[in-house]
Amino acid sequence: MAEVLLKIDGIVKRFGGLVALSEVGLTINKGEIYGLIGPNGAGKTTLFNVLTGLYMPDEGSFTFNGQNLFRAKPHVVVGAGIARTFQNIRLFKEMTALENVMVGRHIRSKAGALGAVLRDPRTMAEERAIRDKAMELLAYVGITEVAHEFAKNLSYGHQRRLEIARALATEPKLLALDEPAAGMNPRETEELKALMEKIRASGVTVLLIEHDVKLMMGLCDRIAVLDYGKKIAEGVPEVVRRDPKVIEAYLGVAHE
Amino acid sequence: MNTMTKQPASAKKVATFVASAIVLAVLPFIVGGTFGNSWVRTLDFALLYVMLALGLNIVVGFAGLLDLGFIAFYAVGAYTFGLLASPHFSLDMPFWITLPLGALFAAMFGVMLGTPVLKLKGDYLAIVTLGFGEIIRIFLNNLNAPVNLTNGPQGINLITPIEVAGFSFGKPHEFFGITFNGVYMYYYLFLALTVLVVIMAWRLQHSRIGRAWVAMREDDIAAAAMGINIRNIKLLAFALGALSGGVAGGLFASFQGFISPESFGLLESIMILAMVVLGGMGNIPGVILGAVVLTVVPEVLRDVIGPLQMATFGKMIIDPENARMLLFGLALVVMMLVRPEGMLPSKRRKAEFEDAKEGV
Amino acid sequence: MDIFIQQILNGLVLGSIYALIALGYTMVYGIMGLINFAHGEVVMVGGMVTVSVVSALMAAGLGLPPLALILIGLMVAVAACMLLGFTIERVAYRPLRKAQRLAPLITAIGVSIVLQQLAILVWGRNYIPFPPILDHDVIQIFGASITRLQMVIIVLCLAIMGGLLLVVEKTKLGRAMRATSQNPAVAGLMGVNVNTIISATFVIGSALGAIAGLMVATNYEQVHYYMGFMIGLKAFTAAVLGGIGNLAGAVAGGILLGIIESLGAGYIGDLTGGFLGSHYQDIFAFAVLIVVLIFRPSGLLGEKMADRA
Repeated sequence: MAEVLLKIDGIVKRFGGLVALSEVGLTINKGEIYGLIGPNGAGKTTLFNVLTGLYMPDEGSFTFNGQNLFRAKPHVVVGAGIARTFQNIRLFKEMTALENVMVGRHIRSKAGALGAVLRDPRTMAEERAIRDKAMELLAYVGITEVAHEFAKNLSYGHQRRLEIARALATEPKLLALDEPAAGMNPRETEELKALMEKIRASGVTVLLIEHDVKLMMGLCDRIAVLDYGKKIAEGVPEVVRRDPKVIEAYLGVAHE
Repeated sequence: MNTMTKQPASAKKVATFVASAIVLAVLPFIVGGTFGNSWVRTLDFALLYVMLALGLNIVVGFAGLLDLGFIAFYAVGAYTFGLLASPHFSLDMPFWITLPLGALFAAMFGVMLGTPVLKLKGDYLAIVTLGFGEIIRIFLNNLNAPVNLTNGPQGINLITPIEVAGFSFGKPHEFFGITFNGVYMYYYLFLALTVLVVIMAWRLQHSRIGRAWVAMREDDIAAAAMGINIRNIKLLAFALGALSGGVAGGLFASFQGFISPESFGLLESIMILAMVVLGGMGNIPGVILGAVVLTVVPEVLRDVIGPLQMATFGKMIIDPENARMLLFGLALVVMMLVRPEGMLPSKRRKAEFEDAKEGV
Repeated sequence: MDIFIQQILNGLVLGSIYALIALGYTMVYGIMGLINFAHGEVVMVGGMVTVSVVSALMAAGLGLPPLALILIGLMVAVAACMLLGFTIERVAYRPLRKAQRLAPLITAIGVSIVLQQLAILVWGRNYIPFPPILDHDVIQIFGASITRLQMVIIVLCLAIMGGLLLVVEKTKLGRAMRATSQNPAVAGLMGVNVNTIISATFVIGSALGAIAGLMVATNYEQVHYYMGFMIGLKAFTAAVLGGIGNLAGAVAGGILLGIIESLGAGYIGDLTGGFLGSHYQDIFAFAVLIVVLIFRPSGLLGEKMADRA
């Protein structure tokens, strides 16, 4: 039996009178690649923001790795081991690629203002470790050569990879990727797929939102489908693909 | 780039360092000998303002929090020192108590101001901090009744100069048969402290904390999503900025021997913000340059505008004080139109301003 | 009880002046998202010009009645301030429309300082009394007194504000202004000349500022180069209180702030057991500002801003 990493139940999120998520529940197991799909406006990104602490859900429960994360602040969520990327890349544009990844180490390091000013040996050692780890991660996603470029000057594909490296720097147990393949050409998408397999093989669980249903079917171990803020299906791709509710949801928007 | 990894100091760097140390050491003698002691006093003030501007730069430049009430922390530091070391309460505490205490109080005020405004950004933050600064000033002005705490508009007089082991910085001293006025003593004291503040600011900038500030300034949502505790890192910026302001305030009180609410008005806050912005926000050398220019140039103008008018027109057409402020206002406008990134911008800031121009 | 009604009346007078100035802030903010820090100085210039013109006309000995003197003074002041507002936008803000937010704020502060210094240059540093033509007849209402002049101030303010709302809601110019504040780019595509609209906003706001300047001058019977700073700040607070960008909100916020301030000043001594006196009056505006921004940053009538990631 697979070990549960993340479990949410009955999650409700409202914006004013609008119910964006209604009683959504799902479980993600350790070591899998879990996909989240659904038509535009189905609430994928909202759910994603709830799972990464950017939105406070109104009702429900949220446990991760045995820790209660219901209405937890983003930095607590990251500390517990969930890291994310953004659909519309949110790098620190005027920081170098290396600095971006170093920021990702923030939660796993401790030096405070006093250490920064005094530069005691421990702080210096930690700073070196932050830097080394960041370089290692840049190499891991294959963009060492642009380490000292401003993030905004990187190519689109490199920016996507940098965002993943920055997220990995927080040492996540669950890496949540919001449409990482958006705007990529087929070759880049293939490379990204390989990177995700590599990340999973290293023991990190992956949560993925993607528009490209075909890509998701080939890559994910399990998939949940959202429509109008509700989960309408969850399971292995073969089963989900044949689910009449899913087909209806997608056909329903297809001729829009 | 990262400066924490030790690089062998090049001969050129060492030479620059030694040269600037010598220049800074003999500067008061050159200035004092050529233009008189009042100009050494101006140098002292320039150093005080460098400390203040570097403090504000932590808040505005590093963390991106627009603060228009920074002078309040200067006031807190100054009044702490003044009240504890003057005849007003018949107290005479030594500086090593009053100065740290003032810094601590200022930092506490920083956190007090910072906590309610955590969610505010940009202009709104500027206006609220401005209001906070005015509130502090109004209290200083009025807390002379029914209990006389601050002595109201009259201010606090006869504040004890800083004294180390019987050596008073306020009195003239004789070395090698030459008498040095107090302004010279204070110059070296302020210089030493300024160097400390510069090192502090520099090291903070190039640390884990400094990176978190930049990250928050550039995109607070992404920063939070990377595990930065936005609340703490913001409050830390307010506290550390206020701390520097508090130290500078204490030094100001002991140096002047007199403080009153008038020294802590909005215009002073604007002046310090202008030093940071015109110098080059976020860039320590830029901020230092800004502080020095905005302290020295108005003094020069004070001396030049009057005589210049007498020489050209034979009479005073415009009062020098008036002309000075007029030029300051114009300089703010022109600088923002022509070079919004400041005289010496950091690479990062420059890039940000270019983005803004392109409408990114 | 008499004190209570008296303070409410005082608050209404003060509040309607705040409201008039707050409209200037809120219009500009609604359209450009910019705090026109120099608006308080426009009010000051309005007051100064009126006083100068009235004094000059009296010195000329034409024997005009007081109402005519004030009307002529006001017309000159309104014209001067409209020109001033137009110029400020052109010189100091338009080139920075795409710049980072800090830049226009600093320019605005610079413009403020320049205008104050120019005022010193022209009118000097001293308080200038309003020429002695004002009527001091007092009307009694529920045991409280108010001068006829103050009644006129309240009524006039309300009339002007009503007129402005009509302009914004019913005219073509108003429609273009609303469109621009929604989305300047789209408004531009729809054939609205955004530059003209922004200029018009500044000009109208400045005209209101000039009228407010006259009212401040008559109410306090003096003018001063620094008079715009505090009143500008308070009017800005009023705009925030009502919900910045919202015209009706500015009016409501102005009147409410005026009343809070007078009641506060009237009762602060009692409330604090005599520890704080009425010279703390100025603190109320800032306290209100801080409390509103913390608990309801969108203001009383503003729309709640959705949190977006």
